[in-house]
Amino acid sequence: MSITPAKRRVIPGFGLTMGFTLLYMGLVFLIPVGAFLLYTTTMSWDTFWSAVTQRQVVASYKLSFGGSLIAATINLVFGALVAWVLVRYRFPGKRLVDALVDLPFALPTAVAGIALVTLYASTGWVGQYLDVFGIRIAYTQLGVVIALTYIGLPFVVRTVQPVLEDLEAELEEASASLGADRLTTIRRVIFPALFPALLTGYALAFARALGEYGSVVFISGNLPFRTEITPLLIVAKAEQYDYHGAAAIGTVMLVAAFLMLLVINGLQWWASRRHG
Amino acid sequence: MRTISSSTSSSSSIWQLSKLTGAVLLAGAVLAVTFSTTAQAQSESVELLNVSYDPTREFYREYNELFDEFWQAEHGQSVTARQSHGGSGSQGRAIIDGIDADVATLALAYDIDAIHERADLIPQDWQSRLPNNSSPYTSTIVLLVREGNPKNIQDWDDLAQEGIDVITPNPKTSGGARWNFLALWGYGLEQFDGDEQQTYDFVRQVYENVPVLDSGARGATNTFVQRRIGDVFIAWENEAFLSVEQLGQGEYEIIVPSQSILAEPPVTVLDANVDRKGTREVAEAYLEHLYTDEAQHLAAKHYYRPSNQEILAEYSDEFPALDLFTIDEVFGGWQEAQQRFFNDGGVFDDILEAINTQ
Amino acid sequence: MTTSSTVIETHDTIAKRWRRATEEPAWLRIILITIALIFLGLFLVLPLTVVLYGAFEQGIGVWYGAVSDPDALSAIRLTFLIVVIVVPLNTLFGVAAAWSIAKFEFRGKSILISLIDMPFAISPVVVGLIFVILFGSQGWLGPWLSAHDMRIIFAIPGIVIVIAFGTLPFVARELIPLMQQQGKEEEEASLTLGANGWKTFWYVTLPNIKWGLIYGVILCNARAMGEFGAVAVVSGRIRGETNTMPLHIEVLYNEYMFTAAFAVSSLLTGLALVTIAIKSAVEWNEERRQRIAAA
Repeated sequence: MSITPAKRRVIPGFGLTMGFTLLYMGLVFLIPVGAFLLYTTTMSWDTFWSAVTQRQVVASYKLSFGGSLIAATINLVFGALVAWVLVRYRFPGKRLVDALVDLPFALPTAVAGIALVTLYASTGWVGQYLDVFGIRIAYTQLGVVIALTYIGLPFVVRTVQPVLEDLEAELEEASASLGADRLTTIRRVIFPALFPALLTGYALAFARALGEYGSVVFISGNLPFRTEITPLLIVAKAEQYDYHGAAAIGTVMLVAAFLMLLVINGLQWWASRRHG
Repeated sequence: MRTISSSTSSSSSIWQLSKLTGAVLLAGAVLAVTFSTTAQAQSESVELLNVSYDPTREFYREYNELFDEFWQAEHGQSVTARQSHGGSGSQGRAIIDGIDADVATLALAYDIDAIHERADLIPQDWQSRLPNNSSPYTSTIVLLVREGNPKNIQDWDDLAQEGIDVITPNPKTSGGARWNFLALWGYGLEQFDGDEQQTYDFVRQVYENVPVLDSGARGATNTFVQRRIGDVFIAWENEAFLSVEQLGQGEYEIIVPSQSILAEPPVTVLDANVDRKGTREVAEAYLEHLYTDEAQHLAAKHYYRPSNQEILAEYSDEFPALDLFTIDEVFGGWQEAQQRFFNDGGVFDDILEAINTQ
Repeated sequence: MTTSSTVIETHDTIAKRWRRATEEPAWLRIILITIALIFLGLFLVLPLTVVLYGAFEQGIGVWYGAVSDPDALSAIRLTFLIVVIVVPLNTLFGVAAAWSIAKFEFRGKSILISLIDMPFAISPVVVGLIFVILFGSQGWLGPWLSAHDMRIIFAIPGIVIVIAFGTLPFVARELIPLMQQQGKEEEEASLTLGANGWKTFWYVTLPNIKWGLIYGVILCNARAMGEFGAVAVVSGRIRGETNTMPLHIEVLYNEYMFTAAFAVSSLLTGLALVTIAIKSAVEWNEERRQRIAAA
């Protein structure tokens, strides 16, 4: 074997794959979205601004963003817990539970909405017992949060799970042999390794919740200023033949979603630099 | 690091996987072909698309068979009438955005007016082309309560009492809910001798009792009947009958208020569409046939009030006589009512904001 | 006090400390498992039970009648047609995007990744609205389309495109982090040994990413079958023609045919459960094979 310095070969296919990626994204998604944004620009700034700052619309932002934030936080805590339990512990029926985590993703949102309201209405299977304590879920803001939590449930679990599985036991053992107690190991070794995955899962759950429509409309009271989410308001505007209003609010949602994803991806990149 | 052998063994399963994908694709292609061939229309038949609002589902399902029989006997051609149902506003939007419909049978004239204004598919005088303002059947708004009327609701003013939960859909998206709102407002005007402020306060008190605003009439019925939410449900008369007769015998009672609004759900041929598709003749016949005795009886069977007064009289046991006012008399027509009450920043928005931000 | 006992004591303490540092005590484990199971029970098992109970409440005959109704069959056919078109396209896209992002460095990568995520974050309702504004007869391309007698919205192409839009990120989202984590050493080794790009992809990359790929395809598939909001805006709900399964469920629900609605729902749920089960079984099989190979 002749010893020649290994030629630094570049992996092929950049042009092909990047070309296809951009072409497909362009056709299915970027051009339509671009056209949509262009459509928004056909209205004057005043029309746009007054459409997106109507008091009823602002109230719906508060519910949509606030509800999604709460739901994503619930999912962050419980999703991390579920992932931990599924990866680290043994218990009967574990495999079944693991498989079921994908259910909210697979169940059509309309079906989920019908099922949830059947459960949590004050006459429902679960709701009737909560009603005794004066807790009402269906048709309140709590109902919106429940639906948003449901649809976001798989994301944190599924992003944290593989990272936790790959986490090498040696690291924890090393930490332990250096005299760290469990809490310190979790705080200094496990948590930093999981941090990017947690963030990603959180972002996905939040983003998913923000735009959700199908399941929420069944369990929410849909009352303006109180339980009306922004996507519902967009539909209502369109059905009143007010496309400009609908498009303006849609643009706000679009920009918000994109900014948030950009920030999260930036954070992830930063985290991987720091720990990678 | 993976060994060579393990990576080749798994690559063979990848090949199997791609074979599987191929098989799935092939099956899909076969499916697609079957699908497209079944979609091809036979020359001996004609297809119509009727875009309608929520509560007409059961009526038109039966009417389509009736009309098919009639047309086949007359012209030797079978008619497949396809249906699309949804909230009246969302169905109007679909027509404006180009759904390939031949006829529109919506909940209120405003939604069909919008088709003229925004899409120019029909002439402005569409409503004068068929008898009775193009409404082959009418209905009204009544109150549905639970068995035994536990909250003792007798008329509209009982809805404003404290501790009563009222179910009605959102007038912004539901045609039926607009009729509900106007029936309530009309009653208020009558009660307070035309005093607008008192009427406003009265309607506001009723809407304070509304815990859910479903987007359509059917959603609201489900909330009241299936979820058992609410003490009283403001409903289309035909929906109220349907609930009583079919959804729970003896579980609900209809309360006929002292007065209500005459709801006229209009129908029209969509001229631009039928001319393009060459279906004008059959589409017009489809709507005209709604006025025949047979169809009028069918409408009554599905709890719509026949527009033919003689046939309506035959069902006087079922449809109680009550004081009915029209939208033109009290509100000066749909355009004005829409503008004043339901447009953004209108009276309805005002009421909801006052209630929910106090 | 003897030396040996000190040694034993120290040994004991070390073992205790060791266990304390690498795993939780039993009582904590049981509490954590219980909390997780209660949470999942409330959010996963109960809704599933509601659907299945609703579907079979009136017996299997009624269930079969509901799913073999011509309109239900047409909805099922349409849903499968859409899946067969959309899933392969999005899979191809996912693999291509992951390859270009994971194996190469370029400017604006973070923006590209965010862009790929975006359809996921865009409200389905807005997706529908976008295509109505583009292709609706009052929209920008509407007049041109109707002049050429082409229909996009309120017809199958419109449904296909909104679903392709909505499910675009799923395969890519699974593959990008996986391929980034795996790096490019194996591919570089293969290429250095003389294999060409396709061979390297088929024999080196694909085996490494197959589980992520399968999982992504399953997600994409499930989502494509279940999409509701966007389809509701562009479908026009024409019975027997443009109703997908989720829309048909809504229609049945609005016709007070609750058992039928739950029956069709159970079909979708069942399909989802079957794909999830297959995935678990394949994974389990693979794990066992690896264990045997390692031993």
